[in-house]
Amino acid sequence: MISYLVALLTFGAIYALLALGLNLMWGIAGMVNLGILGYYALGGYSSALLTMHLGIPVWLGVIAGALITALFGAATCIGLVKLRDDYLAIVTLGFAEVMRNIAENFVSLTNGTDGLAQIPRPRLGVTGSDFNVVYLVICVMVVLVVLAAMERLRAAPFGRVLRALRADPMVAASAGKNVLGFQVRTLAVGGFVLGLGGALYAHYLTYISPEVFQPQLMIYVFLALILGGRGNNYGAVLGTVLVLAIVEGTRFLADLVHGLDAVQIGALRAFVIGVAFIVVLQKRPHGLLPEPRRIYTDPAARS
Amino acid sequence: MLQVFQLLVNGVMAGAILAVPAIGFNIVFAVLQISNFSIAALIAVGAYAGYTANVLLGLPPLLAILAAFLISGAAGVASDRLALRPLRGYGAIAVAIASLALNMVLENIVRFIFGNDVRSLDVPMMRDWIFEGIHVGPQAVFNFLVAIAAMVALFSLLSFTTVGRAMRAVADNPTLANIKGIDPEKMARLAVFLGMGMAGIAGVLLALDTAVDPTIGMRVVLSVFAAAVLGGLGSIPGAVVGGLLIGLAEQLSTLVVPVAYSSAIGFAAIILALLLFPRGILGDR
Repeated sequence: MISYLVALLTFGAIYALLALGLNLMWGIAGMVNLGILGYYALGGYSSALLTMHLGIPVWLGVIAGALITALFGAATCIGLVKLRDDYLAIVTLGFAEVMRNIAENFVSLTNGTDGLAQIPRPRLGVTGSDFNVVYLVICVMVVLVVLAAMERLRAAPFGRVLRALRADPMVAASAGKNVLGFQVRTLAVGGFVLGLGGALYAHYLTYISPEVFQPQLMIYVFLALILGGRGNNYGAVLGTVLVLAIVEGTRFLADLVHGLDAVQIGALRAFVIGVAFIVVLQKRPHGLLPEPRRIYTDPAARS
Repeated sequence: MLQVFQLLVNGVMAGAILAVPAIGFNIVFAVLQISNFSIAALIAVGAYAGYTANVLLGLPPLLAILAAFLISGAAGVASDRLALRPLRGYGAIAVAIASLALNMVLENIVRFIFGNDVRSLDVPMMRDWIFEGIHVGPQAVFNFLVAIAAMVALFSLLSFTTVGRAMRAVADNPTLANIKGIDPEKMARLAVFLGMGMAGIAGVLLALDTAVDPTIGMRVVLSVFAAAVLGGLGSIPGAVVGGLLIGLAEQLSTLVVPVAYSSAIGFAAIILALLLFPRGILGDR
C-alpha cells in the first residue's frame, strides 16, 4: 500500500509539471497546445538516449532533455504563431500524433513500439523502496521549485505581457511589445517544464515507449488545469492532485460492479473520467482556484 | 511509372473517403464555429452501426451505410446537446477541449458494448480488376462511388434547398440570418446531424475497406483534420480538395519513405502549407 502511494505521488508530481507547463502556455499566455505529450515524450526520449548512449550522468541528461525540449518548443512556436486558435488546436494535436508516429517507426533510434528499456536510474545511494521514496522527494522538490519559478514569472512584468497577449495580441503589439519574442520564450520555458517532466518519468520507470502518448493523459492534464483553475499555478497543482484522486478512485469501480470483463471495466473508467471532465467544465469553468484578477482602481479616487 | 499511376488511383480513392468526414467536420465548424473532435468516435459509432445492420441483422451494405448515417447523426446531435452546447458561452477552445473528452466517452461506450475485438463486415471477397496493369478492387470502387454520392447529396442539399440556403446563411452571418427569421439553433442541430452523419458513412466505408474496432476513427482522424485544415476550416469545397490532396500525398509519399510514416507525412505537409496559407487553401475565415 505504501509503495502504491509512493508511486502514485511520484506520477502525480510528474503530471503536476505537465499541468504547470501547460498553464504557462495556455493558462497564462493563451496559446492552446494539444501537443503537450509530444514535448513530454521528447524530453523523456532525449534524456534516456543521452544517458544510455553517451553515458552522461542522469541529472545532466534530465537537464539536457529539458533544454532540447525548450529549443524544440521555441522552434515549433515560429511555425505556429501565425495560426488562429482553431487551427492551432488541430495542428498541435497533429504534431503530437506525428511525434508518436516517429517514436513508433524510427526503430533504430527509439526501438519502436517495444520502447527503450534499462534507462539508467540516478545514483541516490539507496535501492529498492528507499530509492522510490527519495526519488519522490526529489520530484516533489522539483515541482515546488518550478511552482515558485512560475509564480515569479506570472507576477513579473513578463507574466503581465503574457496575460495581455492572451487578452489581445494586437493591443499588446500596439503597446510596443514584441509578440513573437514573448511567445517564443513562453513555449521555450513551457517546453522546458514539460520536457523535465518527461525526463523524470523516463528515469523513474527506466522505460519509455510510445505509450506515453496515450490520449487520456492529455485529457487528464487539461482536466487538472481546468479543475484547479486555468491561469493559476497553485490551481494547476491542486487540480493534478484531484484528477489523480478521480482517476485512481475509478480503479475501485471494478470492485463495485460485477460481471464485467477487463475491457468493459477499462471502458467504464474512461467513461466516468470523461463525463467528470465535461461536468467540471460545465459547472466550474473557472476552476476551484480561479485566476487572481487585479481590479483596476483609479489612482485619483484612491485617497 | 506504372507504380505512380497506381498510387495516384489509390490516393484519389482514399482521398474521397477522407473527404467525407472532413466535410462533416467543416460543416459543423461553418455553422457553429467550433472544432468538434468527437468526430473520431462518431466514425467508430457509424462503423459499429453498419456492423450491426450488416452482420447482425443481415442487411445489405447500402442500408448499413444509411443506418450508420442516421445513428451517427443522432448520436452527434444528442452528445452535442448534452455535453457541448452548455459550454458554447465559454469560447470555441473550451468546447474543442470538451469534445476531446466527449470523444473518449463515446469511444468507450462503443468499447463497452462491443469489446476490443476486430470484426469485419459481411462482404464477398472479390478479385481485383486490372486496367492496363493498374489494380482496382471492386470494393474500393463501391466505396469511392458511395463517398461521391454522399458528397453530391450534401452539396445538392446545401445548394438547391431552402433549408440548405438557410444553413449557409447562418454560417455566413448568424445575426443577419436570425433577423430574417432563421432559427440558428435549429440550423446548428441540422449541421451537427449532417456532419456527424457523414462521419458515420465514413465509418462504414473504412470498415468495408479494412475492419471494425473501437479505434477505427482515431486511426484516420489525423488525416481527416489535416484535410479539413488544409482546405480551410469551415469550407465544404475545401474539405474535398483537402481530402484528395492528403490522400494523394499519403500514397505518393510511400515512394520515398516507409509506409508507416504516411500519416506523419500528410500532416507535416499541411504544416508547411499553412505557413503559406494560414487559413487553408479555400478558407476565408
